[in-house]
Amino acid sequence: MARITVNVDGIRFEEEVEPRLLLVHLLRDRLGKTGTPIGCDTSNCGACTVLLDGKSAKSCAVLAVQADGCDIATVEGLAAGGRRHPVQTAFHEEHALQCGYCTPGMIMAAIDLLRTDPDPSDEAIREGLEGNLCRCTGYQNIVRAVRRAASIDGPVNGEQAAAREVPA
Amino acid sequence: MTAAAEKAPPDGTREEVGRARRRKEDARLITGRTQWTDNIQLPGTLHVAFLRSPLAHARIQQVDTAPARGLPGVVAVYSGADFAAEQGSLPCAWPVSDDLVVPDHPPMAVNEVRYVGEAVACVVATDRYKAADALAAIEVDYEPLPAVLDMNEALADGADKVHEAGNKAFTWTFAGGDIDAAFRDAPVVIHRTYVQQRLIPSAMEPRAVVATTDGDTCTLYSATQIPHVLRVMLALTTGIPEHRLRVIAPDVGGGFGSKLQVTAEEVLLLLMTRRLGRPVKWTESRSEGNLTVHHGRDQIQRVKLAADRDGRVRGLSVDLLADMGAYLMLVTPGVPLLGAFMYNGIYKMDAYDFRCTGVFTTKMPTDAYRGAGRPEATYAIERVMDELAAELGIDPIDVRRRNWIAHEEFPYTTIAGLTYDSGHYEAATDRATALFGYADLRAEQARRRQSRDPVQLGIGVSTYTEMCGLAPSRILGSLRYGAGGWEHAEVRMLPTGKVEVVTGSSAHGQGHETAWSQIVADSLGVPFEDVSVLHGDTAVAPKGMDTYGSRSLTIGGMAVLRACEKVKDKARHIAAHLLEASAEDVEYTGGSVRVRGTGAGRTIQENALAVFTAHDLPDGVEPRLDAQATFDPENFSFPHGTHLCAVEVDTETGMSRIRSYVAVDDVGKVVNPLIVEGQVHGGLAQGIGQALFEEAVHDADGNLLTTTLADYLVPSAADLPDFITDRTETPAVSNPLGVKGVGEAGTIASTPAVVNAIVDALRPYGVNDVRMPCSPERVWRALNGGAS
Ligand code: FES
Ligand code: FES
Repeated sequence: MARITVNVDGIRFEEEVEPRLLLVHLLRDRLGKTGTPIGCDTSNCGACTVLLDGKSAKSCAVLAVQADGCDIATVEGLAAGGRRHPVQTAFHEEHALQCGYCTPGMIMAAIDLLRTDPDPSDEAIREGLEGNLCRCTGYQNIVRAVRRAASIDGPVNGEQAAAREVPA
Repeated sequence: MTAAAEKAPPDGTREEVGRARRRKEDARLITGRTQWTDNIQLPGTLHVAFLRSPLAHARIQQVDTAPARGLPGVVAVYSGADFAAEQGSLPCAWPVSDDLVVPDHPPMAVNEVRYVGEAVACVVATDRYKAADALAAIEVDYEPLPAVLDMNEALADGADKVHEAGNKAFTWTFAGGDIDAAFRDAPVVIHRTYVQQRLIPSAMEPRAVVATTDGDTCTLYSATQIPHVLRVMLALTTGIPEHRLRVIAPDVGGGFGSKLQVTAEEVLLLLMTRRLGRPVKWTESRSEGNLTVHHGRDQIQRVKLAADRDGRVRGLSVDLLADMGAYLMLVTPGVPLLGAFMYNGIYKMDAYDFRCTGVFTTKMPTDAYRGAGRPEATYAIERVMDELAAELGIDPIDVRRRNWIAHEEFPYTTIAGLTYDSGHYEAATDRATALFGYADLRAEQARRRQSRDPVQLGIGVSTYTEMCGLAPSRILGSLRYGAGGWEHAEVRMLPTGKVEVVTGSSAHGQGHETAWSQIVADSLGVPFEDVSVLHGDTAVAPKGMDTYGSRSLTIGGMAVLRACEKVKDKARHIAAHLLEASAEDVEYTGGSVRVRGTGAGRTIQENALAVFTAHDLPDGVEPRLDAQATFDPENFSFPHGTHLCAVEVDTETGMSRIRSYVAVDDVGKVVNPLIVEGQVHGGLAQGIGQALFEEAVHDADGNLLTTTLADYLVPSAADLPDFITDRTETPAVSNPLGVKGVGEAGTIASTPAVVNAIVDALRPYGVNDVRMPCSPERVWRALNGGAS
């Protein structure tokens, strides 16, 4: 067992974990952060994507112990202030989700994409989200949503999420 | 410009139906407050892990669960023998023919395993890691038996057997017209064999089940499309009385037919919670799911078409082999037969002959996957129409035009015996060719052919129709299906004037909460925001037939509309009394009951309150302003459309790239264009997936090689183009909403459109088929003379 400290959506947790525990299971099964789902066991689908110290990471491919001392932002924390993140709004407006299972991961990946490329082309969006699979939408509206979010004024996407995190 | 953008609501004055309303269900989905089955953490929950057969076919000699019992956290370990007395046999609800062989299908194998992944034992432990750990300690002795993998070999004399009774599950035939006459002296006869590869549905949410009991009633949470059907079937299978069984489908992350099933795990978890008296939970991993969620397609189609030299089709003969896999699951044998009525497509012909043989193999059973039988049929007819065009040197659109049912010929009874109520193939095709720039692309194709450009351009046409809105109960009965095809709804006015709608249709991404709200808002004249829709829990929505076969709107939506009409009738009656008018003198309009010719009226909200207080109701009227309705359609609905695809094929590498894709669909009246467009996009992606990327591959021993999303290629954003979508609107006349259904259209249309385009690009090289998925390797082999 190892003792770790993580900051998840601005709340600090201290946990005793088995070294093999996956971050996504820590989030879901131990911390009750079920907003981040699991879609595969080979790190291919991206459903479990979170921001780890501001950068997107597949939380099924990270051990909980590796996240010790990290800030973790999940989809649940994005609208913490009662206002939706522009990417959330854009997904809603553009009908970029159907069953919504890929959506938390897709939104987190899109936030990271816009952080590194604030004005991406359609092609860059498609390439950038290649690691996030959606079986429902055919992606077209997801691409539209990311483009829409990119054009929204206000705090640059991603920074806004990071700004809400409480330092450890 | 897209349909969705055109219809964006500029103000609040428009009717709700037809508006691109943003979805109500999004609020929880984009914020992570969704209730997936795996999120459910009941106090004291135990976790289940299954040990699965590593062999495609074997006799089970012995299962030794003892070594796993004492391991940390392990509460119980079971093998099939432990459940043998009570587990029953997983149901097949569609006994299609008299000769059908329905093998016993124990949820946990007892004596024999017949596919890789079949459950042979399980561990129940205090957490999921410990349950998985303990599986390794269970010892199973298998006596290997021969795997049976190839349908043609399975049917040969002396073949190794999957079941005692042999490898043939059934034979089913249909004949319309005089097929011999149609082929006799036919100037053109085209024979083709097409392979519908096995697919893995791959909903992004893996299956998950939670079962619990209070000692009296059992509750099952499951990632299912069919809570109502499941409840009935589980009661029949396990003997748990139906009234003591509640089934809940919480938020469900996609289904595409794969969650239209009664699964081994659902049955076994119910038995386990009864035995242990504690909640039990199981969530599959993706690799486990690829092995054990039912697969789709897997058919071999031998198609023969007779035509005149002017391109007029005389007759069509189809001989189909359909791989059932190892057992018959809920609707396994019925799936290929849903296609039986669709091979003739949108075309007139003198004769049609269909024969299907269901075949057992030692693979995961097949069952419904988006389109279920209809994509296969559409693929065959649309591919072979292109072959006919090529044979005669006629443009593929012209050859279709010469054969399709003209707009003025509707309603039209087809050679397969269905009556298509409406359609306008000319309009959809004209719109599609215009959006596509058909003539220009043909000209470019000619130039590239001329210059022997290594990158050739192919143009694929698909003019599809489908039967949707499953289904008129009487027709289902005549096809021996085990249930009806109606749908149920209840509409309740609450005392404060808000509206609760209960629907038996169980959504898992389709947007019922939004679309049903739109229908109710218009019908009752209440604000869209004032309507909430409840579904997916047999204790909340006790009656239903659930969601599949593009039936939700055409049947479930109609039930909602009917229930609204009954509520309005009641409101009229009550308001007339309160307004001291006669019932004939009042009318319901704009959310109020008004006395004709006067200003007097009462809103539906005022009526709701008056009913709640019940101080002054007409004699004999119960104090409730609600109504139930069950709708059973008289006919299927028949969406149709024209899809055009341009593909660039690199003849040196075999690489295909979709350059443009136009989909013009006619789904009748549209309740929410945003949702319709989304359904089309998603359907296209799945159909293109079959054409280009997806295939469940087994090795010679029957091991599935594509157990992960790294091997089974669900298309990513980078693999797909932008689609151009548009609609024509020819209302269905078979239901008052005029709607037809859209859930499967894109999937049905797109597979042949893409493959037709690839083959079209390669025709100058003597290629007339590429087997799906049309990977670069297959295309390259086709070009270089090898078997594709
Ligand atoms: S669950 Fe993490 S990538 Fe699939
Ligand atoms: S919305 Fe269902 S998987 Fe993306």
